[in-house]
Amino acid sequence: MTDGGDLGWWGVLIAVMGGAIRVSTPYLFVSLGETLTEKGGRVNLGLEGILVMGAMSGYGTAVVTGEPWLGVIVAGCAGSALALLHGLICNLTRVNDIAVGISLFIFGTGLAFFLGKPFINPSAPRLPHLELGAWSSYPQVRSALEINALFIIGVVLAFVLAWGLKNMKWGLILRTVGDSTEAATALGYNVNWVRTMGTVAGGFLSGVGGSFLSLYYPGTWNEGLSSGQGLMAVALVIFARWNPIYCFYVSLLFGGATALGPALQTVGITSNYYLYGAAPYFLTLGLLIYSSSTKHSLAGAPGEVSISR
Amino acid sequence: MFGSTFNNGLEAVVINAAALILTLAGFGVFVALFGHNPLDVFYILYLGAFATQLSIENTLTQSAPLMLTALCTAIPARAGLLVIGGEGALVVGGVATVLVGVHLGHLPPWAGVLIMGLAGSIAGGLWIGAAGALRQYRGVNETIATLLMNYIAIAIMSHLVSGPIRDFDQVLKTSSWSIPESLMVSTVPGLDVHWGLAVGVATCVILYVIMRQTTFGFGVDILGGNPRAAQMAGLPINRMVLVCCFIGGAGAGLAGTMEIIAVHGFASESLVVGFGYAGILIAFLARQNPAAIIIVAILVGGISASGGLMQRRFDLPDATAAVLQGMLFVMVLASNTAYGRFKIFQLKAN
Repeated sequence: MTDGGDLGWWGVLIAVMGGAIRVSTPYLFVSLGETLTEKGGRVNLGLEGILVMGAMSGYGTAVVTGEPWLGVIVAGCAGSALALLHGLICNLTRVNDIAVGISLFIFGTGLAFFLGKPFINPSAPRLPHLELGAWSSYPQVRSALEINALFIIGVVLAFVLAWGLKNMKWGLILRTVGDSTEAATALGYNVNWVRTMGTVAGGFLSGVGGSFLSLYYPGTWNEGLSSGQGLMAVALVIFARWNPIYCFYVSLLFGGATALGPALQTVGITSNYYLYGAAPYFLTLGLLIYSSSTKHSLAGAPGEVSISR
Repeated sequence: MFGSTFNNGLEAVVINAAALILTLAGFGVFVALFGHNPLDVFYILYLGAFATQLSIENTLTQSAPLMLTALCTAIPARAGLLVIGGEGALVVGGVATVLVGVHLGHLPPWAGVLIMGLAGSIAGGLWIGAAGALRQYRGVNETIATLLMNYIAIAIMSHLVSGPIRDFDQVLKTSSWSIPESLMVSTVPGLDVHWGLAVGVATCVILYVIMRQTTFGFGVDILGGNPRAAQMAGLPINRMVLVCCFIGGAGAGLAGTMEIIAVHGFASESLVVGFGYAGILIAFLARQNPAAIIIVAILVGGISASGGLMQRRFDLPDATAAVLQGMLFVMVLASNTAYGRFKIFQLKAN
């Protein structure tokens, strides 16, 4: 790396920050999606399947129509459809939401690989990005400051959702349903319907997160596209204490941690590559062990969510 | 007592059969949408899974690791825990097998295999046991902990395989040192299926007997059914949870051992192919019953086994088997809601 050498450790820092922005976008969308789902009182482990389905359908739409933004919307709708399936099945009694999520994970990825076979070769138009680094003569700085459009949408969305969950009627209803089935029923809300809607909204966001993978970074469709970002959503949300704004910070942290290994490689540190890559998981487990207690449930957790009891 | 057990069993069979038929109907519609005759596809499904000796052997080979990883969810579930760490425990078991196995070339094969099996199951058992301990003594949710530990296990393996235990003579694939050729196990006599099948079936049967016939198994069922009652009865809850987690993890670890000593001979990314996640669903489909796991695992293995034939005959993508499996899992889980709704199965219970 001749052009990376002159920046040295600064290059690593810049690469980690740039990577944080780039890699964090799918994390941001799935964690916001899972937050909406869990605020309603359910856990959807099927976001992994939804993410892959979103990546495939978004890419396919962009290939066929040439419109990447249409791909994003179709990805969201595909995600909603799968999430609706999760929501409806979990409305039945004696059905375990975690198990349904895992079956949806297998079904969604299987379906995406099945339908996505024809799209492995053609290339789709990519989503746009802002060039905020044009002032710099360093290519590393320029590439780190290529801010993709979905990232900006995601950040705005995080703040909107945080505000809406706190102040708007739907936010209050969703939180009531998530905290106490009895209270929500007594107030006359259809608990199952609200939870299903929370799950569907979460599925839309996760589908959009998937389209980022195929339409921006890495910007291609293949069967090894996702590295478990959807399954990690559940852990991210715990880390973020079910708060959309924390979801944003946590996504940046996870994105940065994921970018650390490749960044260190550019300055010649190649050992422990995989361990750096697993840093988010170590971090989350450590935090979980630190903040858990046998005496009380996790702070901020919706009362009806199975994993907080 | 016998009547009620029989009726419960019958109820499960009827409901699962109905779910299976609905799944096949849904899958038939799915393939029809792609211009294939559903009946032809079903025939190929049967042909590829159960029709010939070759396909049955293929099916049994596919089902062997699933039986063992399913135990990783099923046994802790009987004590009321939802463990989804089979994938990680399998990887840990496989790595432990390699680490121990490479030093055992001088031993007679039976001793080497025994020690590797112990190493794999103890490693997997401690791995999931740790999650059980975190839950009992620290209140850490075991579902999330085991999910995270899957990724940690895979990362540790990737780390070891990429450097510390890498076999640099293998140029095609990043993989670990291989265990000595003399310690690789062959196939079950009379069948072209590796010994993992026998180990899986035997483990499931033994655990079925333990969970059904011993005081320990009875205590675990009380704990899983009503933790308060278990506490009031003075059962050693912490110890029981730890033992269940250890047994479950040991099952998945043993699956890792069998993958190493019967299939690969070395640790690599090939260990991470979703056996753990499929195992979770098999445990749910079998309603956490170790004996039923054997049957469900063979059924699911059959779907995987017929995937190749479906691909060749109809030019369907290889993900077709995953679509069918996913549909089956979704349908059977949804059918859980039907239990207790049909009076006919309750009559003799009273």
